[in-house]
Amino acid sequence: MIEPSLTVPEAHNWTQDEAFMSELRQQMLKFATLQLQDASLAEDAVQEAFIGALKNQQTFGRRSAFKTWVFAILKHKIIDVIRNNQRLVPSSLMQSDDDDQPDLEVWDQQFDGRGYWHLSERPTAWQQPSESASNDQFWEVFEACLEGLPGQYSRAYMMREFIGLSTDEICQQLETSVNSLNVLLYRARSKLRKCLQINWIDKGI
Amino acid sequence: MMNCKQATQLLSQAQDRKLTFIETSGVKLHTSMCKGCRNYGKQMKQLSDLSKRFLEPEPKSQPKP
Repeated sequence: MIEPSLTVPEAHNWTQDEAFMSELRQQMLKFATLQLQDASLAEDAVQEAFIGALKNQQTFGRRSAFKTWVFAILKHKIIDVIRNNQRLVPSSLMQSDDDDQPDLEVWDQQFDGRGYWHLSERPTAWQQPSESASNDQFWEVFEACLEGLPGQYSRAYMMREFIGLSTDEICQQLETSVNSLNVLLYRARSKLRKCLQINWIDKGI
Repeated sequence: MMNCKQATQLLSQAQDRKLTFIETSGVKLHTSMCKGCRNYGKQMKQLSDLSKRFLEPEPKSQPKP
């Protein structure tokens, strides 16, 4: 029998691929732990996401499509946990709104005394960064830059940009004011931007 | 007129809320004259788009033609 040639990847049940599933689980656990700051809550969320994925098994032509789907389930589980739990982190670990950030000067060093960019700090144009998105190396750099964010900045940033929580919801979760959150997000974004500028754009990889 | 520090703070906040008319005008005036902040504003949007795609990896990159 002559097999018909396939021009699209054969549909595959990715849940059967043990090595892939194991790696996927690790990534999900890492992501959930960062968001929830609690190992057992993270475990539960990942477990439920896996159960959800296996219950509603579909076949996907591309592994990345399956991964997206499972992560979408995980995101919703994390949102549920965040919304249902009253406090995830003891308040003693939370910075009070009125604390002046000790590293205020570091962040402000991007600007001169009148609040304008220092020449060396001024953002230059990024040519086609979306092309980088299909480049594995780029995502490694991106992930490293994310990991370079101090914990509270990283958490606020990921809640906003990865999970997609509203600023009100984040304020509630982190028990912080809108102004403080604005500062957290501003610094996270500035630091991330600068990291990508230096480690990707300027290197012309 | 606002400086770069003020403009960049608003450009960050623009990702999270709608800026007021006055804020928008101020930012537009500043970015029309400041390339650094113009780029910063674009990159705020690009960062957001990239972050959304972080959890949606492309298939392993193809060898370059």
